[in-house]
Amino acid sequence: MLALPPLAAETIFQIGDFPVTNSYINSTLAVALFASVGLLMRKRAAEIPDKIQNFAESILEVVLGYMDQVTRDHKKSLKFLPVVGSLFLFILLSNWIGIFPGIGSIGRWLTMHGQLELVPLFRPANTDLNMTLAMAVMAITLTHIFGIAAVGVFRYANKFVKLGDIWRSLRKGGISIFVALIEFGVGIIEIFSEIAKMVSLSLRLFGNIFAGEVLLTVLGTLLAVPIGITLPFMALEILVGLIQAIVFSMLVLVSFSMATAELHEAH
Amino acid sequence: MALDPETATVLAKAATIAIGGIFPAIAIGKTASKAMESIGRNPESADKLFVPMLLGMAFAEAIAIYALVITFIL
Repeated sequence: MLALPPLAAETIFQIGDFPVTNSYINSTLAVALFASVGLLMRKRAAEIPDKIQNFAESILEVVLGYMDQVTRDHKKSLKFLPVVGSLFLFILLSNWIGIFPGIGSIGRWLTMHGQLELVPLFRPANTDLNMTLAMAVMAITLTHIFGIAAVGVFRYANKFVKLGDIWRSLRKGGISIFVALIEFGVGIIEIFSEIAKMVSLSLRLFGNIFAGEVLLTVLGTLLAVPIGITLPFMALEILVGLIQAIVFSMLVLVSFSMATAELHEAH
Repeated sequence: MALDPETATVLAKAATIAIGGIFPAIAIGKTASKAMESIGRNPESADKLFVPMLLGMAFAEAIAIYALVITFIL
């Protein structure tokens, strides 16, 4: 019998009213790891880097190099690095923690839906839609904050509700009024595309990582001795974890740099 | 032929992921093949191509992921 992981993360125990789910435990592990490495780095940061500092600096350099390719402006990259870099590293780390042995197999016997089930103690953090949706909503909200900070409230709002463009076209007159009206409709669609961005960002990450978990579970039960057959798929999962981390953070970065770009005055 | 609900669910799941997998696969394959082609023409563009190629693939792949999510919740 297959013990496929259910879509929603399961509650392991409760602290007061706060349900602690197994994916929350895993994300806390990743955060704790980051925090401890960060505190260690802060204490030991030196002019001549030692091994750990060298490693961290080289990762940051690679990330910044790729960010420069998208933003084409080093100052902007440095501004977005705290958000995009930590999203990338957190997603990467929590994806890779998720394929450790013991994740999804060590568990507690709890009564779920009226019957006793083995509930895994750990579950990859990104197999919880709440987690990925939270990250996506945060990223898109920050996009608008950065956009308003870069071009001002009214000019940024003109991207979505193009009343300013209509006003300008009325003074010009002629065909530009019709163009402005069509652009107004496009602006309304733009609002919906912001919502679609959140949905697709979160579902992409969730779907990929959850599918990987299901795939490994199914393959693990195919043979009596499942060592050989899951190994190449584990390698695939390492790759998928990396690619999804890159894709998520790159898409966030693209929307950041598009929101902060100076708007074109005339078409 | 009458289908009982369980069979219909299984069939719908299989059809969703099978049909939903075809077109994103074609799209991703085309993206990769064009990228390879242009790297072949101009090998120096490999670094510049990587990020846009990955983004294009991500958008195409999203469709497959939607199908997958539907499959899971069916």
